[in-house]
Amino acid sequence: MGLIFAQLLTGLANAAALFLVASGLSLIFGVTRIVNFSHGSFYMLGAFIGYSLMQVLPGAIGFWSSVLLAGVAVGIIGVIVEILVLRPVYKAPELFQLVATFGVILVIQDLALLIWGAEDVLGPRAPGLKGIVRIMGEPVPKFDLALIAITPFVLFALWYLLTKTRVGILVRAATQDREMVGALGVNQAWLFTGVFFLGAALAGLGGAIQLPKGGADLLMDFTILASIFVVVVIGGMGSLPGAYIAAVLISVLNVFGVSYLPQSTLVLMFVVMAVVLTIRPYGLLGREEKAGEHGQVGEPELPIKPASLTIRLLVLALIALLACLPFVAPSFFTILATDVIVFCLFAASLHFILGLGGLVSFGHAAFFGTGAYVAALLVTYVGTPMELAFLLAPVGAFLLAIIIGWLCLRLSGVYFAMLTLALAQLVWSLVFQWDDFTGGDDGLVDIWPSAWLRDTTSYFYFTMVIGIGGILFLRHLAHSPFGYALRASRDSARQAEATGIHTKRIQWVSFAIAGALAGVAGALFVFSKGSVFPVELEIAKSFDGLIVVFLGGVKTLSGGVVGAAALTLVQDYITRFEYWRLALGLLIILVVIIAPNGIVGSLRKLAHWLPFGRSKST
Amino acid sequence: MKLDRRTFFASLALVGSLALPAFATAADTIKIGEINHYKRMAAFAEPYKKGIELALDEVNGAGGVLGKPLEFIFRDDQGKPGEAVKIAEELMTREGTVMITGTILSNIGLAISSLAAEKKFLYLASEPLADSIVWEKGNKYTFRLRASTHMQASMLAEAASKTDAKTFATIAPNYAYGKDAVAAFKKALTALKPDAEFVTEQWPALFKIDAGAEVQAIERAKPDAIYNVTFGGDLAKFVREGTTRGLFDGRDVYGLLTGEPEYIDPLKDEAPEGWTVTGYPWYDFEEGDNKTFVDAYMARYDERPGIGSLVGYMTVQSIAAGITAAGSTDTDALIAGFEGLDVDTPVGKIHFREIDHQATMGAFVGTTALKDGAGIMVDWSYKDGADYLPSDEEVAKLRPAE
Repeated sequence: MGLIFAQLLTGLANAAALFLVASGLSLIFGVTRIVNFSHGSFYMLGAFIGYSLMQVLPGAIGFWSSVLLAGVAVGIIGVIVEILVLRPVYKAPELFQLVATFGVILVIQDLALLIWGAEDVLGPRAPGLKGIVRIMGEPVPKFDLALIAITPFVLFALWYLLTKTRVGILVRAATQDREMVGALGVNQAWLFTGVFFLGAALAGLGGAIQLPKGGADLLMDFTILASIFVVVVIGGMGSLPGAYIAAVLISVLNVFGVSYLPQSTLVLMFVVMAVVLTIRPYGLLGREEKAGEHGQVGEPELPIKPASLTIRLLVLALIALLACLPFVAPSFFTILATDVIVFCLFAASLHFILGLGGLVSFGHAAFFGTGAYVAALLVTYVGTPMELAFLLAPVGAFLLAIIIGWLCLRLSGVYFAMLTLALAQLVWSLVFQWDDFTGGDDGLVDIWPSAWLRDTTSYFYFTMVIGIGGILFLRHLAHSPFGYALRASRDSARQAEATGIHTKRIQWVSFAIAGALAGVAGALFVFSKGSVFPVELEIAKSFDGLIVVFLGGVKTLSGGVVGAAALTLVQDYITRFEYWRLALGLLIILVVIIAPNGIVGSLRKLAHWLPFGRSKST
Repeated sequence: MKLDRRTFFASLALVGSLALPAFATAADTIKIGEINHYKRMAAFAEPYKKGIELALDEVNGAGGVLGKPLEFIFRDDQGKPGEAVKIAEELMTREGTVMITGTILSNIGLAISSLAAEKKFLYLASEPLADSIVWEKGNKYTFRLRASTHMQASMLAEAASKTDAKTFATIAPNYAYGKDAVAAFKKALTALKPDAEFVTEQWPALFKIDAGAEVQAIERAKPDAIYNVTFGGDLAKFVREGTTRGLFDGRDVYGLLTGEPEYIDPLKDEAPEGWTVTGYPWYDFEEGDNKTFVDAYMARYDERPGIGSLVGYMTVQSIAAGITAAGSTDTDALIAGFEGLDVDTPVGKIHFREIDHQATMGAFVGTTALKDGAGIMVDWSYKDGADYLPSDEEVAKLRPAE
C-alpha cells in the first residue's frame, strides 16, 4: 500500500515538467493554430539557461529565481522567433508554419552546442529540498513534493489569467474565432506574440524546474517532443485542465508500467493516446473542431491542369538526361540520384493525401518503413527472391494503410494528424521491441538485390523506372475522376456528399494508395541500402516527408517531388560542413519566409507576374 | 510539372559532378573514410576525433604509411544508417578512400558492415560495441577494435561472481545494446555462479528514463546487487534518484561503461561510490605507454582524454599497422594484413584475431570513488580482452560460414 502511494507521488511529480511544457504547446496551438515543433527546443533552452543561472545565483532564492528567470528568458526567445520567423508566414497554407519551426529546431541545436558545449550537465539540487521524507515507510524526495505542490498552483494561475482577466478573455476569444477577434479591432499580431511569450516561457520553466531531477543535454529537445504532443492531444488541443489531467495520467501510468510491465516503456503512452482518441476523438476535454473554422487560408487554389506540350517535352528531355547520368558522372552520383528518386516517390505519395486529399498525416513513414520491412523480413526468413519481395512490400504497406486509415479517418484536421502519429509510433515500437523477429534497432541487414540488379547502375535504372512510374501514376490519378472526387472531399465535404461522392471512402482509398506507394519507395530503399532499421519508421522520417511537401508547395501538383529533390541535394551538400544544422535551419527559415507558397507555388506566382510566364503553369 | 524540376536538380548534380573528378584523384595520400555521429553525440565523438588527429600527426611525422601520409576524411552520419551507407559509398567511390572506419552507433556499424561485404571494401568498426558485428552478422570484410559488449559484461560478471550476492536486478536502456549487455552478463554470471537469480529486469527507454519509477521498481524486488547499463543523461538521473532514495545502500552495483570519463564526469561530486565499473582511469597512470599517451594528449589539447580519445588513437595505430602489414591498399591485401595483426598501443599489444576479426583490446575494471569532487576509479586493473572471448568452437558456431 505504502509503495503504491509512493509510486503515485512519483507519477505526480513527473507530471509537473510535462504539464508545464505541454500547456505551453497547447496554448500556442489553441490561439495561433501553429503546431510548434520547436517547443522541445524551448524546453531544452530553459534547462540550459536555468543551469547557467544557478551557477551564478546562490541559495534557495537563487535557485527559484533562476527557474523563473529561465522562463522569462525563454519567453523572450519565443517572442523573437515569433516576430522574425512566424509572423511573415501566418498567411501561408495551414500547417506551413511547422516547417519554419523545424528550421528553428536545427538552429537552436547548433547554437546550444556552441554555447554550452557537448557534455551533458547534471542539474544542481534544489537547496533545502535535497533529502527525503518517509511517507508510510517509503522514501519520497522532498523536491518531488514541491513539484506536486507547484503544478496545481501554476494551473490555477493560468486558469485565473485566462478566465478572469481581459487578456485571458481575448485569448479565449481568439481560440474560438480569431477572425472575429481581429474584426472587433483587437491587434491579433500582438495577441499572438503575447501567447507565444507565455507558451515559450512555460516550456522554459518546465526545462528549468526539472533540473534537480535530471539535467540538460543536447538531445532533450527531441526526447520530450513526442510526449508533449501526446499529452496535448489526450487532454484536448487548447485545453489546459485537459493537459494537466493527461500529464498526470501518462506519468502515473508510466510509473506503474515501469514496475509491473518493464518492457512497456516505449509504447505505453501511444497506446493510451490511441485508446483515448478512439473513445473521445477530440481528447478528454477538447472541443470538436468546427468545419471551416480554420480551413483554407490564403487565396483559393488554382485548378490543376495537364501539362502543356512544351513542359512534357522538357520533362522527357530531362528524363533522358537523367538516364545518361551513369555514363557521364562518377558512380556516386548514380547512388545519390537513386536516393533522390526514392525520397521523391515517398514525398509524392504523402503529397497525394496531403495536398490533394487535405489529409495531414504525421505518420507516413510507417508505410515507407513497412514496405522496407516486409521486403527485408521476407528475404531474411523465407529467402524470398528480390522480385517477389518487391511485389509484396507495397501489399503489406497497403494493408497497414487500410487499417490505420480506417481508424484515423473518423477524425479530421489536427486530431487526424495526431492519431496517425500515434499509430505510426505503435508500429515503430512493435518493430523496435520485437527484436527476435525484426532485429530491433540492430535492424535487418544483408538485404541486397538479385544478381541482375546488383550493380549500382542497373539498380539506378530500376529505381528510375519504378520511381518515375509511381510518380506519374499518382499524377495520372490526380487528373482522373477519382482525383476530382478527392479534391472535392477536401474542399467541401458536404457539397461533395450532396453530389453523391462517398467522401470517407474516397479518402480511405487514397490513403491506402498513398501507403502502398510509400511502401514501394521503402522497398526501393531497402534494396539500395542493403539494410533497414527502425529509424525508417520514426517520427523524424515522417516529418522529413512533411517538410519537403510544404517546402515544395502543398498546393501544387509537383510540390512534393520538387521539395524532396531540393532538400536531398541541399542536405547532401550542406552536411559536409561543421555547423550544417545551423546553415540548413537558416536556409529552411529563409525559404519559408521568401516562398510562403512553397518553392513551386512561389515560382508559379513569380511566373504569373512576368509576361512570358502567364501561359504556363506548373 | 511532376518531373521537370527533380530532373533539373539531378542534372545540376550531374553538371557539378563533371567539374569535380579532378579533385578526387589528385591526392598523394592514403585516405581513410571516417563516419561518425559527430553532431548529436558530440560529447563522445569529439574526444575520439582528437585522438585520431593526435595519432595522425605522430604517424605522419614518422614518415606516414608506405611512404605516403595518412589522411582521414570525417563525415557526419546524422544518426541515420541509410545516410551512412550513402556516405560510405561516396567515400569509397568518389573520395578514393581505401577503407572505412568509425560509427559509435551499433546499427550504423551493422549497416556499413553489410555494405562492406557487398561492395568489397574493408571496414574497421572502431567504436560500436554490438557483439553481432563480428559474430552473427560478421563477415570477411569487417574488423572490430573495441572490447565488445560481451567482453566488458563478462569482466563485470566475473567480479560479481566473487561476491555473496545471490539476487540481481538489471537496468538497461530498452534497445539492442542494453539487451545485449544484460544477456551477456546473465550468461556469464550464471556460468560462474549457477545459483544467481535475476529478480527484476528494468528497461527504461533510451534517454527517457523515469528514474523515480525505476528506482521504486528495483527497490520493490529487493535485490542483493544491481547491474546497470544506463549511461549519459539516464545514468545521471538514475544515480541521483537512487542515491536520494537510498537504493544503493548496502548493495553491490556493477556499472557497464559507468567509469568512462564521458559518462562519470558529468556526475561531478554525485558520482556513485563503490560501484564496480568498466572505464578509463586516465588520471592514474604513473608510467608506461598509457602515461605517454595521456601526457601527449593533454599537452596538445589541454583537456583530459576520454575513452573515445584512446579508441580514436588506437584506430589510427591499427590502420597504420594494418596497411603496413598489407604492403598495399588493395582490399584483399588489407584483409590479409589485418588478420592476425599485432599492434602496439597505449594499453599494450593487441591482436586482431583471424577467427572473428575481433581485436583483443581489453578494458579497465575498477571501483568508483570520489576525489576532489569528481568520480574516479580506484583499485583498477586492465583486463586483457583475449581472456573474455568465447572459445574458438563457440565463435565458429556464432559466425556464419563464409
